[in-house]
Amino acid sequence: MTALLLRDLRLATRAGGGFGLGLAFFLLVAVLVPLGVGPEPALLARIAPGILWVGALLACLLSLDRIFALDFEDGSMDLLAIAPIPLEGVVAVKALAHWLVTGLPLTLLSPVLGVLLNLPGPGYVWLVLSLALGTPALSLIGAFGAALTVGLKRGGLLLSLLVLPLYVPTLIYGAEAVRRGVDGQGAPTALLLLAGITAGAAALLPFAAAAAIRVNLR
Amino acid sequence: MQTSARLLPWLAGLSVLCLTAGGIWGFFFTPDDFRQGSTVKIIYLHVPAAMMAINGWIMMLVTSLIWLIRRHHVSALAAKAAGPVGLTMTVIALVTGALWGQPMWGTWWAWDPRLTSFLILTLFYLGYIALWSAVEDPDTAADLTSVLCIVGSVFAVLSRYAVNFWNQGLHQGASLSLDKEENVADVFYLPLLVCIAGFVLLFVTLVLLRTRTEIRARRLQSLLARERMA
Repeated sequence: MTALLLRDLRLATRAGGGFGLGLAFFLLVAVLVPLGVGPEPALLARIAPGILWVGALLACLLSLDRIFALDFEDGSMDLLAIAPIPLEGVVAVKALAHWLVTGLPLTLLSPVLGVLLNLPGPGYVWLVLSLALGTPALSLIGAFGAALTVGLKRGGLLLSLLVLPLYVPTLIYGAEAVRRGVDGQGAPTALLLLAGITAGAAALLPFAAAAAIRVNLR
Repeated sequence: MQTSARLLPWLAGLSVLCLTAGGIWGFFFTPDDFRQGSTVKIIYLHVPAAMMAINGWIMMLVTSLIWLIRRHHVSALAAKAAGPVGLTMTVIALVTGALWGQPMWGTWWAWDPRLTSFLILTLFYLGYIALWSAVEDPDTAADLTSVLCIVGSVFAVLSRYAVNFWNQGLHQGASLSLDKEENVADVFYLPLLVCIAGFVLLFVTLVLLRTRTEIRARRLQSLLARERMA
């Protein structure tokens, strides 16, 4: 499993892996919004948590179809399916690799973009915490969507239609945690719910995703 | 097929009867509410449609499970047939809800938990139908949509109980239960029951009709395939 994780990480970070793409997209969203709504500090400070979360979500969505598509095309997926580790484990490892190359960098980069969007001082801790807790769920849910659409020729649009409704709770609680953190209310409640979503997704979705991959490999 | 052929006209007739009776009773022979005026009558479309939207997904969940476990083809086709019907129900519920919300809450749309979860349910119906039409092989499509349906049923249940989970919503709690003191007054309750029965019958009728169409389409395909082979 470690070998598989390292292999996925290496594939993603080397040329053509699209490693920086999500980050660049995240940066662009954070730059475009102030240009679009006007650079008033008070307004930006109010919408910053939501914008940062929506940006992270879309950046994550951008690289989802890469989780399984390349392996599916060149036949590696067939080998992984008959490998000694269960397919559920493969899915979990691949989701983890996806998180390490998209979710984690997004989380680390987010304070910088918070400055661009004039996020108020107390919000930074909660922003990083909520993204660190919430983005694994985005990768896991995305892996499920990618597994459903991996056999399709042009599954990208369908993938976003299937995955975005599933992202809604994560988005709601993630942005709510930051907003409450900024206002100095009880952010931990929203953070706990967010962690609950991630834990539930990690426990259940690998099974659903593995079932979908088995169907697609048939 | 034979049983459904014999049942269909009766079901269709009964649903038309219930819907017209409930509709006319509800729209013309109930008093206006003392606070809501005549807008209260939207309840006769809104509540049954919303109920059937959620129950429709539950029905799809059951048929999907039957398909995954027993590989019964008609079951998968019934789930496929129910998708667009359920989508129509969610749209009816959302539109009538917006029409009702405008005079009552002063807004067409509010981000209240039940509305939000219901909108997500609508998107799920859309994704479900899109996935059915995107996958070419019928058995693969049935499998994939079944898995999607199981995952999506989290939201069907969520939108059913959203009012109980979050207290700050705009919808009230249960007001149609059989064992509660505080319910909708009988004058509104009885025609509403007739309307709900009408919607259930309508749903069953449409799903049966569409499933028959799907079965016939499947037969036609295999006939054509056999002809090509010969």
